[in-house]
Amino acid sequence: MTGWTIALGGIATREFLRFAKQRERFIAALVRPLVWLFIFAAGFRSVLGLSITPPYKTYVLYEVYVTPGLCGMILLFSGMQSSLSMVYDRETGAMRSLLVSPYPRWFLLGAKLLSAVLVAVAQVYAFLLIAYAWGIRPPALGYLTVLPALVLAGLMLGSLGLLISSAIRQLENFAGVMNFVIFPMFFASSALYPLWRMRESSVLLYQICSFNPFTHAVELVRFALYGQLDPLSLAVTLGCTVVFFGGTVFMYDPAKGLWRGRKGGGS
Amino acid sequence: MPVSTPVASRRQPSQALARLGVVFQSRALDSDLTLQQNLAYHAALHGIGGRAARARIAEVLALVELSDKAGVKAATLSGGQQRRAEIARALLHRPQLLLLDEATAGLDLRARHEVSALVRRLIAEEGVSTLWATHIFEEIEPTDHVVVLHRGAVLADGQAGALAGEGPLSAAFLRLTGAAA
Repeated sequence: MTGWTIALGGIATREFLRFAKQRERFIAALVRPLVWLFIFAAGFRSVLGLSITPPYKTYVLYEVYVTPGLCGMILLFSGMQSSLSMVYDRETGAMRSLLVSPYPRWFLLGAKLLSAVLVAVAQVYAFLLIAYAWGIRPPALGYLTVLPALVLAGLMLGSLGLLISSAIRQLENFAGVMNFVIFPMFFASSALYPLWRMRESSVLLYQICSFNPFTHAVELVRFALYGQLDPLSLAVTLGCTVVFFGGTVFMYDPAKGLWRGRKGGGS
Repeated sequence: MPVSTPVASRRQPSQALARLGVVFQSRALDSDLTLQQNLAYHAALHGIGGRAARARIAEVLALVELSDKAGVKAATLSGGQQRRAEIARALLHRPQLLLLDEATAGLDLRARHEVSALVRRLIAEEGVSTLWATHIFEEIEPTDHVVVLHRGAVLADGQAGALAGEGPLSAAFLRLTGAAA
């Protein structure tokens, strides 16, 4: 193993160890989408009729439609959790010890991001397993084809979380992220309702949802879960990942980013 | 405390960082993890893994006299033990220069003495060059090399005994900084 893979392995191991020691975090991460699946989706099944919408080849139950959206929900919350964890690490000083590593900053941030995404993907698979028991059964191959989509969607949302974390100076300010990022991103997307339904209600809302990167992350996951690829979603998710991660590396550079000139900045 | 080989380089920060061991003023151990896991993580951040990491961790833990605490959660260590653990962490990759930023801040007298004695032993026995930023004059011995910094300017640079003259070093410091204010 080279030093780079050892460093990546070390960062990933730390993320998994911390996650394993925080059982309540795992339970909370699963309970949230399960509540939506078991209660919300069951309630809306009779209200929301879904015509044939790609990638589905037939009419589907609302639970089936909402499942990829809930996978996206896990990735979204996990991405924001990364943001919270970075702010916490910065406040406690753990971030400094990461950044005195001789490896370049982009690599360290990327390794931290990838590690967090792998933890989130494990949570998604745990959710899909419970959903399977609930009767939501995509094609068997879909469980494999969805993996790269989950990783890419996770990287995009995690990068966004890291980018946001660079602008948050104190843990107390994190509540704003819930109100201004997570909820608008989740509700103004195709996670809970198809976009054509949204267009019937409001064209403006439909356009907002279409521009929302989270919509494309969800659609990427939805198509991949059924062994298909949505090129537009792939392009948008990939492009946003590059932009968000590039922004994160810039912002975490004490010589260039937001922390320039601030006392104690840059960690 | 003597400082040798200049290692910092603007052009090659990664090479400079590979030769520096840093102990920060604020605690930087992961409280959820054991001491062994903390050190394994930091060894990995310097590209040291597997058997080499385990051997080096055992070595540095012995050096700071914390071998019996390897499996203990960092959160349960005392302040002085955490500081020693952080020094062990900073030594993992065999740095040429150890930087201590107010390493004894917030510690009680006994823990402060332990940390100070440990660092002096490392200098004497392991030959680790050390740069120690401190406001605590009791930690400075007459033979130490002292640089007095005030508002970003170097006010004095020399042996502590010589700078102090007849009185205590703190009086010399007040005199120097008072004159500079």
